[in-house]
Amino acid sequence: MKLSTVKELLDGTVLTGGELLEQEVDSAFGSDLMSDVLAFVENRVLLLTGLVNPQVVRTAEMMDISAIVFVRGKCPDENVVELAKSKGMVIITTEDTLYVASGKLYSNGLTGSAKEG
Amino acid sequence: MAEVMKLHYTVSGDDFTRAGETSSKVKKTLNQLGFRPEVVRKVAISMYEAEINMVIHANGGTIDVDISPEEIIIVMQDTGPGIPDIEKAMQEGYSTADHNVRELGFGAGMGLPNMKRYSDDMQIDTEVGKGTCVKLVIKAKE
Ligand SMILES: Nc1ncnc2c1ncn2[C@@H]1O[C@H](COP(=O)(O)OP(=O)(O)OP(=O)(O)O)[C@@H](O)[C@H]1O
Ligand SMILES: [Mg+2]
Repeated sequence: MKLSTVKELLDGTVLTGGELLEQEVDSAFGSDLMSDVLAFVENRVLLLTGLVNPQVVRTAEMMDISAIVFVRGKCPDENVVELAKSKGMVIITTEDTLYVASGKLYSNGLTGSAKEG
Repeated sequence: MAEVMKLHYTVSGDDFTRAGETSSKVKKTLNQLGFRPEVVRKVAISMYEAEINMVIHANGGTIDVDISPEEIIIVMQDTGPGIPDIEKAMQEGYSTADHNVRELGFGAGMGLPNMKRYSDDMQIDTEVGKGTCVKLVIKAKE
């Protein structure tokens, strides 16, 4: 799925990386726990989270995640957006909750990513 | 790169927002040196988990990274409280992290098992009241 489609489906606002919306993601992972992102994400995914601290961007960087959706209308501080920008990441915010945002993306064909139980 | 490249870093314990900066620098260096993406990923994830632990459980410390074409060796030394029961700490889900740490998205007790999973060798030397030394080895050759 193109990031521009993600933005459209979630009625999102792009905070950085607006020029990178033609990029594709083939799966997604949603969590407010970075511990779980580090332990369960296997490939390059779209990350959906309600957490907006700098460690979200750092965790994404370590996992080679290049796009993050902040849910529940959470808006990160300017320094978090700057950090993401410096890493060439895309940041989108949406008013949707994690559940609703995930449901919209899933039902439009963006499936999950996690290691086999 | 004929010989070993040695990097040394100090990690501050009182600024959680900066935790992970060292892992980020090392990841960048390995990419620039042309290591395979799988190798860089293994180093990045295991080192980042250890760096976060150093900040949230042990008030910071020092990190030494030795990079050679064969392997990457990361030694992380702190002077924190030490780990009383290492077997217990290695179990998935065991965490002594407090509420503040959980609010930041960590403290699920997944870090040490994840470090073991992503490294080719992991050794932990720890003494209660003195500190902890974590050594991670990631092989670079197939
Ligand atoms: N450097 C350290 N110094 C002191 N105690 C540590 C250190 N590293 C780990 N521990 C102890 O081991 C426990 C388990 O660590 P682990 O990394 O697996 O989980 P966590 O850090 O609590 O949570 P997570 O890694 O999922 O965010 C910690 O809760 C802590 O009690
Ligand atoms: Mg940990």
